[in-house]
Amino acid sequence: MKIEIAGHDAFIIYFADNASAEVSALIQAAVNNLKAQMAELLIDLVPSYASLLVIYDINLCDHFEVLKRLNSALSNLSSVDTVSGELITLPVYYSTESGPDLTVIAAQANLSIEAVIDIHQQGEYRVYAIGFAPGFAYLGEVDPRIASPRLTTPRMKVPQGAVAIADRQTAVYPAPSPGGWNLIGLCPTRMFDPDKTPTMPVQVGDRVQFKAIDYDEFVFLGGELDTEL
Amino acid sequence: MSHFIVKQPGLLTLIQDRGRYGAHNLGLTNGGPLDPLAFDWANRLLGNKINDTCLEVSFGGLTLESQVDSCMAITGAEVACKVNGKLIEQWRSYHIKKNDLIEFGYTTAGVRAYLAVSGGFKIPPSFGSSATVVRENVGGLNGEKLQTGDELPCSPESFGTCLSVAEADRPQYGNQAILRVVLGYQQQAFRTLQKLKFFSSRYTVTDRSDRMGFRLEGETIHTDMVSMLSEGICHGAIQIPADGQPIVLMNDRQTIGGYPKIGSVIPIDTAKLAQLLPGSSITFEEISLEDAHNIHTLHLSCYQNCTTLDH
Repeated sequence: MKIEIAGHDAFIIYFADNASAEVSALIQAAVNNLKAQMAELLIDLVPSYASLLVIYDINLCDHFEVLKRLNSALSNLSSVDTVSGELITLPVYYSTESGPDLTVIAAQANLSIEAVIDIHQQGEYRVYAIGFAPGFAYLGEVDPRIASPRLTTPRMKVPQGAVAIADRQTAVYPAPSPGGWNLIGLCPTRMFDPDKTPTMPVQVGDRVQFKAIDYDEFVFLGGELDTEL
Repeated sequence: MSHFIVKQPGLLTLIQDRGRYGAHNLGLTNGGPLDPLAFDWANRLLGNKINDTCLEVSFGGLTLESQVDSCMAITGAEVACKVNGKLIEQWRSYHIKKNDLIEFGYTTAGVRAYLAVSGGFKIPPSFGSSATVVRENVGGLNGEKLQTGDELPCSPESFGTCLSVAEADRPQYGNQAILRVVLGYQQQAFRTLQKLKFFSSRYTVTDRSDRMGFRLEGETIHTDMVSMLSEGICHGAIQIPADGQPIVLMNDRQTIGGYPKIGSVIPIDTAKLAQLLPGSSITFEEISLEDAHNIHTLHLSCYQNCTTLDH
């Protein structure tokens, strides 16, 4: 573990060189300890794949104090449970209509489209990070057989609910946005709803499973096909 | 409730409080005033609370009609401001009466002006803040910049004493700035020669600069880093992408990203950067974390220096 300066009011803690479920669980334990032991000094925390950004209030303390408190909060990270967090199931309408890149992924992997869908559904994914846009959760890791690099030219518009793959990560687009990930289906569950508590169905450290649904169920759950796809 | 009516919204006028904090876990960024110094002065001149909601008027062009008796102050970028056709001075507070027309011209030095009213505008917070982040469609009125016809609620305030900022404390806005940097993040992935180049070169602000980040153009900086995992990005972080041209990340930045960073600019200096037009010139200067904290603490004391005006 290594603590580096990030900015005048921020440190970044690096837990490992690579991402893994174990590292992610360790970061989750660190988040819990920091919140329990020094919440009054913290402005925000940004957990990610192998790091944790800690933003503190420089009107209340200096960096010497924060470093001391960080070291003490990190010294007794409890034994790590990689299956911590909630298990959330997200419904997906997989089809070439709702997931225009299924064909390409299947061809690259030398698999049938049905096999690609099956492999994506069989995985249990960990929420490694939330960022890029409100409600955008980075889920990993995708089975290497269906891992697929980002598009050379990103799409101008990816619809809300698009389920997508980039390398060994997968995600559900919370709102329409430009994007370069490979689209394989649509999820009717809203990933970011400001009027709902909680705002997001998942948080960092949770686990996600996808479950195939047919078009009728997709519509019943509030899904809408984007005509531009 | 009493309010102001937006007659003309100007090019980019945003409702802002000090920013949204504690919501990075949902992927929400900070927002808030790009120049918090001028913002704080506007509230200070009215005896408001530090987090009271103001307007950030970028480039000018805003016209408001008051539906309330209140007080108002305009700080930040130099811009011709009129009340009922009569030019008024910036950096001081004024009494405003119902039906007064407040008109901004276009900025002539600096880019962001701030307008505060007594007690602040009463905008319901989203995720704990009224700060507008258009990219996220969050805060302000419906997550948008101001539109013609918008109503900005505020409370009628009793008339207080008008205040003024001492001449010496008013910032001068030009076309260059020195940005002080605390080294950090992946700084070890930049060799000494690259750091020397970075701190001794002159960079130009490009027109691809906005509330997310300011893209600069100049000497190319190389890093030995080929790839890295995405991680949390703090305010002011200087990202060096593969093309070697620095980007200073500002209030509306994405909360995580995967480009190497050499360190972060202190907020007193990102405030200066925010007042620069494309074509302006930048140099960077390294400072220690201790110095950064001292500068911050010393800066806070300047807000004691308001002068009371006779009325």
